[in-house]
Amino acid sequence: MMLLHDRQFLLLLALLLGVLAFSSLVGVVLARSVQTERGRETVANLNARIKAWWTMTAVFVLSVVVGPIGSVVLFALVSFMALREYFALSPTLRADHRVLLWLVFVILPVNYILVAIQWYGLFTIFIPVYAFIGLQIRAALAGTTEQFLDRTARTQWGMMVTVYFVSYVPAILMIQVPGYSDAGQNFKLLLFLVTVAQASDVLQYVVGKLAGRHPIAPNVSPNKTIEGFAGGVVLASLLGVSLYSITPFTVMQAGLLALVICLMGFAGGLVMSATKRDRGVKDFGTLLPGHGGILDRIDSICFAAPIFFHLTRYFFSAS
Amino acid sequence: MIEAGLIAVTRLLTGAVVRSNGFDFEPPAQRIYYANHTSHMDTLLLWSLIPKGQRRNTHPAAAKDYWWSSPWRQYLAERVFRAVPVARQRENRDDDPLGPLEAVLAAGGSLVFFPEGTRGAGWPIQPFKGGLYHLAAKFPHVTLVPVYIDNLNRVLPKGEILPVPIICTVHIGAGFRLDPAEMKADFISRAHSRLEALVPT
Repeated sequence: MMLLHDRQFLLLLALLLGVLAFSSLVGVVLARSVQTERGRETVANLNARIKAWWTMTAVFVLSVVVGPIGSVVLFALVSFMALREYFALSPTLRADHRVLLWLVFVILPVNYILVAIQWYGLFTIFIPVYAFIGLQIRAALAGTTEQFLDRTARTQWGMMVTVYFVSYVPAILMIQVPGYSDAGQNFKLLLFLVTVAQASDVLQYVVGKLAGRHPIAPNVSPNKTIEGFAGGVVLASLLGVSLYSITPFTVMQAGLLALVICLMGFAGGLVMSATKRDRGVKDFGTLLPGHGGILDRIDSICFAAPIFFHLTRYFFSAS
Repeated sequence: MIEAGLIAVTRLLTGAVVRSNGFDFEPPAQRIYYANHTSHMDTLLLWSLIPKGQRRNTHPAAAKDYWWSSPWRQYLAERVFRAVPVARQRENRDDDPLGPLEAVLAAGGSLVFFPEGTRGAGWPIQPFKGGLYHLAAKFPHVTLVPVYIDNLNRVLPKGEILPVPIICTVHIGAGFRLDPAEMKADFISRAHSRLEALVPT
């Protein structure tokens, strides 16, 4: 495997493993020293999260090592599982069954096949134009007008968030940055995006737990604080700066793009929190112990991936 | 092989999240799991969630007119689920429809039973038929376990062939037994409200 001779990749891998090992160690120490009942609960949740992080990191890194098809398949599965969670929470009627069948068994696979064959032109419009119109037609053909606009809005938004936006992560592999992509280094851009977005999430959580005082959006997400937001975004942006050597960007550009990723990650989390509040639940699912469902984990990537993709493509791509 | 495949597909489609409200599969016991019936996949989902060691001896009651209507379904019902055929149509049944179920219980097996008799639209839970009472009265030592299956009618609604993936939650309540002094109507309403109590608000 060529990747295993890539020094920057190995360094990033070492960094990730180091952080995970360190977190597990902190988790063990905290579990021994915690006194109160509430503290015990927080630490148990923290340790469940860390354990799930090991699995998620392993799956993600392995999919990248396998090659482009690995990431495409992984994120297609992520979309599938996210859809499953999304539609469990958003009420659909009996008449929507065929619409959902189209979404799951036609639109999702076609979208990811377009990513796999790197057909940029059709990939970017397939869902926003063809699937958008097609699903609406199918819904009308179903013949039930009850709550038509509500139902179709829910379906369309679900398709955008869980399929289209998520598929922008493996789509990063098709960007052509001169002197970078031709050397097959795009997988490091993918690592850059996911690492910064997830680090921003984790750091916002950690800083918020340690120093959080003032809620930033009490009605939408009571656990998010101004301190956590500021600290997490700044620290994760600095992480982005320090990772500049794995990207085609300068130090400044890497920092700015990391900042955009962090802000979009926060925004994604906020929007998905609003969705969950609307449905009266705390988590989208139970797939990842400590984290909730898969949508709870990828909410920060949903918005960051398409924006990061298009900024990078517009400013750095040759074609 | 088919068993493992079916279970994998069921997990993939439904996520199969189990919420236990005071129930534990261990230690094994002779039970009648009774559930709301909203989809043909009910049998499959519930059966897939029973621990492997107990699954072999747990037999779902399956509608004879559906599961024995094609060779493929019949194969699944007999060889994979080890289901018990139950005749639903009143007019063309000449013997006791509960007979095959009683035979399973008499042999020490457990049952998966849908006391509503037919698939509802999901909500509300339909009134129970008398079958559950007759089984409980004849085998008073068997534990009754209420199971509420949430969302499955959206995965595979009535009349559809292809399922869509949606997370389903299976709420399993604490087991109970027939009280010897209990009348039929009281028992049926108690069993019904035990199941209703599992419905998430």
